[in-house]
Amino acid sequence: MYVAVKGGERAIENAHRLLAHERRGDRDVPEVTLAQISEQLALGVDRVMTEGSLYDRELAALAIKQARGDMIEAIFLVRAFRATLPRFGATEPVNTGAMQVRRRISSTFKDVPGGQILGPTFDYTHRLLDPQLAEGFVPEQPMTADASQAATPRVTDILGRDGLIESSPQADSDAAVGDLTREPLSFPADRDLRLQNLARGDEGFLLALGYSTQRGYGRNHPFAGEIRFGEVEVEFSAEDVGFAVPLGSIELTECQMVNQFKGSTTEAPCFTRGYGLAFGQSERKTMSMALVDRALRARELGEEAEAPAQDEEFVMSHSDNVQSTGFVEHLKLPHYVDFQSELGLLRKLRQEFAEANEAVEMQEAAE
Amino acid sequence: MNAPTYNFAYLDEQTKRMIRRAILKAIAIPGYQVPFASREMPMPYGWGTGGVQVTAAILGPDDVLKVIDQGSDDTTNAISIRKFFGKTAGVATTTSTTDATVIQTRHRIPEASLHAGQVLVYQVPIPEPLRFLEPRETETRRMHALAEYGLMHVKLYEDIARFGHIATAYAYPVKVNARYLMDPSPTPKFDNPKMDNCAALQLFGAGREKRIYAIPPYTTVVSLDFEDHPFTRYRFDAPCALCGADNSYLDEIVTDDKGGRMFVCSDTDFCEQRQAAGHHGTESAAPHKEKAHV
Repeated sequence: MYVAVKGGERAIENAHRLLAHERRGDRDVPEVTLAQISEQLALGVDRVMTEGSLYDRELAALAIKQARGDMIEAIFLVRAFRATLPRFGATEPVNTGAMQVRRRISSTFKDVPGGQILGPTFDYTHRLLDPQLAEGFVPEQPMTADASQAATPRVTDILGRDGLIESSPQADSDAAVGDLTREPLSFPADRDLRLQNLARGDEGFLLALGYSTQRGYGRNHPFAGEIRFGEVEVEFSAEDVGFAVPLGSIELTECQMVNQFKGSTTEAPCFTRGYGLAFGQSERKTMSMALVDRALRARELGEEAEAPAQDEEFVMSHSDNVQSTGFVEHLKLPHYVDFQSELGLLRKLRQEFAEANEAVEMQEAAE
Repeated sequence: MNAPTYNFAYLDEQTKRMIRRAILKAIAIPGYQVPFASREMPMPYGWGTGGVQVTAAILGPDDVLKVIDQGSDDTTNAISIRKFFGKTAGVATTTSTTDATVIQTRHRIPEASLHAGQVLVYQVPIPEPLRFLEPRETETRRMHALAEYGLMHVKLYEDIARFGHIATAYAYPVKVNARYLMDPSPTPKFDNPKMDNCAALQLFGAGREKRIYAIPPYTTVVSLDFEDHPFTRYRFDAPCALCGADNSYLDEIVTDDKGGRMFVCSDTDFCEQRQAAGHHGTESAAPHKEKAHV
């Protein structure tokens, strides 16, 4: 006798219990702490904060631990928590020009006011596995010097003074900030929403799209005008107080790409901008984002939009890894019912095919 | 670290209000896809977040909730969603179709006819019936606005020209209230006639695609067809092996690797009610006892 499948509830509970056990791994190995993740896997934490859209190192570290190091799962955990938080308002725009810079490079000028600062970077390291790091390695203290008093103006602002680059659009300070987590997205989307979408977008997806523009799919030759990483202050204008209150500071990476623009009948040729911004030190992400941002401006700049990276509906609809992974992985869910429908149809089609062939064979035999 | 606290039925009241507005608009324009600001839910997109948000927005403390997936109350995702609302809303849950006030479903419409006052909430993966013919949302919204549905008729016609009949087995397109082309979610086309003139309110939630649409009670829902190729239902031609029903949609159960299979009701509640009422199938050797392992 056949009994319909039961006991799913037990199975789920036991599966989760087993997952918790596997997550812990060998219990003789010390448990990893949130501080260890936050301090020693800092770039992973930065990515989870950026794509999770929530600046909280501790929660991001918890998410990474809970997700067993699966970054997209960690991002999902942070997003689901973020969705339940009340919204008090938007901060004042952060001034990245006043950033407390820890790293700042420009590939367009040999030297810039405030200087080139390499800072902590993988660049120019030789990618040789370092056995010393396996255990117990104590690195040397970093070199120190007196902080420079020189301002570090944004390279694009320097270009802007001569009108060589398009001016950065000034937002209307009274206009509400677009937020695609609060309002459903519709196309065509304004640049603020596009940038929000890209900032939350999957690093790998943006990397591939940005790369595709470099290889000729929507080519628009970029220069890394500037990449800067450091701390900026965040201020919030509380209505009852009447002035901006500092909330604290956050780490940001900003990338400004400088791109060609041939000009049009109404506009003189000038450089154009592609913009990338992310929490923490996220250089690959911001560079990719800036490339894709510029590619998505094709319509606005009157360029032909033919490549995937220039297609805003394509890019924005598929950039979110929480959405992508959900829908790809939902194929794990039972589909017995629609599969059964499809089976029925396929059997019918095959039967009709066989009958038709038989009829043809019989006819041929008769001839 | 702040321990998170959650509102009744998980969503905050502001979000619920936003979703209810979308639902009201959807009811006012039957079959029209209303964009809404879908939230990230604690289950993945594609696993019923649209249905869960709709259910969360309409659920009250006195509601009795039933959740089915593939017709069954006992599939893993149905259990998971039922537990979610049991935990976050503390509402009563049931497996009985008639006792439920809200039924959330994935891929099936219950066999027992629904009654006035009930709400059937569908989980929808791709709300746009024209999506596989035209991938761009900007285009399909225009086509809906102009009721320009020729493309779908051509697709169905091409099926007939090629196969002799319409080759769509599930997510079979319908016209709602003689206006909007609508995707019924991937239910088998066997279920399509149940949507027509239904006494219950039917709500459709697509979380990832951020759309809500509705069929108000007693609304005309017509499956697309042609005069000379009328719409037909499909069910495997056999009685249920457990309850003997010859009018229910069947699951195919593979019993061995030598071609052995049997067919049983996909709607487990329907099947159990019939068995309790004394109906038998070929496999339901009563009284219940374990099959001897040979």
